[in-house]
Amino acid sequence: MIGVLAQQPVIPKFERASECIRENHTFCAAWFKDNFDRVFEPRIVEHIELTLMAVGIGFVLSFGAALLAYNRGWFERSFAFFAAFLYTVPSIAFFQLMVPITGLTRTSAEIALVSYTLLILFRNTLTGLQEVPEDARMAARAMGLTPRQTLWRVELPLALPAIMAGIRIATVMTISLATVAAFIGVGGLGQPIFNAIQSGFKTQFVAAGVLAVLLALIADVLLVLLQRFIAPWTRARRA
Amino acid sequence: MGTFVDALQFIVDNPGLLWDKTVETLLLSGAALGVAMALAIPLGVWLGHIHGGSFIAINASNVGRALPSLALISIGLALLGVGFLNVMVALVILAAPVMLTNAYVAVEQVDPDAVRAARAMGMRPTQVLWRVELPLALPLMFAGIRTAAVYVVATTPLAALAGGEGLGDIIVNQSTYGIEGVVGASIVIAALAFATDGVFSLIQRLVTPRGLRRRGKERIVEPSVEPVGAG
Repeated sequence: MIGVLAQQPVIPKFERASECIRENHTFCAAWFKDNFDRVFEPRIVEHIELTLMAVGIGFVLSFGAALLAYNRGWFERSFAFFAAFLYTVPSIAFFQLMVPITGLTRTSAEIALVSYTLLILFRNTLTGLQEVPEDARMAARAMGLTPRQTLWRVELPLALPAIMAGIRIATVMTISLATVAAFIGVGGLGQPIFNAIQSGFKTQFVAAGVLAVLLALIADVLLVLLQRFIAPWTRARRA
Repeated sequence: MGTFVDALQFIVDNPGLLWDKTVETLLLSGAALGVAMALAIPLGVWLGHIHGGSFIAINASNVGRALPSLALISIGLALLGVGFLNVMVALVILAAPVMLTNAYVAVEQVDPDAVRAARAMGMRPTQVLWRVELPLALPLMFAGIRTAAVYVVATTPLAALAGGEGLGDIIVNQSTYGIEGVVGASIVIAALAFATDGVFSLIQRLVTPRGLRRRGKERIVEPSVEPVGAG
């Protein structure tokens, strides 16, 4: 297994350890409390960094691609095909594949993570734009808006809920995939998981797993709230 | 590019190994899908039929989608240890929510006129369910199963970290099989995911009642603002 770096002394010193650790119980709360800021906190920060960067870059690329595809039909198929192709590569293989090219670096991880966000962000942005009611478009034209004004003032605001839904899915997906990125030793909450696979230390399995789940769920909830804040009219419409 | 050629060479050179691993992958995925279906579909259909529990049913897929697969496997490693059971449980937890949500939405959103007409014709609630709601719900329900199936097949490589078998075994053991093995097995996994998608989309089309197939076009006219993955 490459890249699983023994960054931390994951196996506690057994002779001085508590009974809970010596017998490797499912979860040793005391150990978790004592070691949180050393073992987990930096990993959480790395995880958030990995995710934000991937979704940010992925969004810029997909948004540009969607705008282009919205105006030029042929581009829609080719980009969708390209993104779908990237999407089918198993994550754990994608990270390994990048290693010979960009090394055991964060760049390798980001290239893979960004690649996975493209399909969802592109599709949602484009579908959102395409589903703008024709009436709204015609009304905008009748009011004398230029195509560019129509795009920014009418079409994109109406597509916003779909775009936000895409960002939400892409973000939780990236959080999930970023745990796998630790396979090539780039940190994140996957790191303690892979370390635990080597050492068999159960508390670390549970703690890292639960933290990753919590991170994903919190991100999901925050994005729902953000969506409501940015596009409050979608709720009113559905109710 | 060289890696890719080597990977194809690996596939050509190791048909027996890849076949065995593929069968293992399919058995694992099939078992997980079966269990997930048995749990999620009846619950979703029932909730949709009684028009209840919408909060749980709709948010199930959101939560399910958010759960990091490796994190689930990690927690499973502590609770269940290495092996088939751990991997099965993780895959079921990943697959069931989207099935539940789709089954619920599929039954819940059946045209109320159709249900009322069925009732007016004297059908009992179970008859309404079996003869009206379920046939009309099948396409969307299968869309959920299809999504879950592809997801499960694509997640099986991770399962190899927890002692699951299948093609993932090759993908996580670069030291044994080399990068060409990793890529070769990935190609097979991707092909499996595509094939799964194809097979389920075929089933989905076959189970779509004829009346719905023709109406398909005009239903799209209704503008829905949250099209993709809005749950």
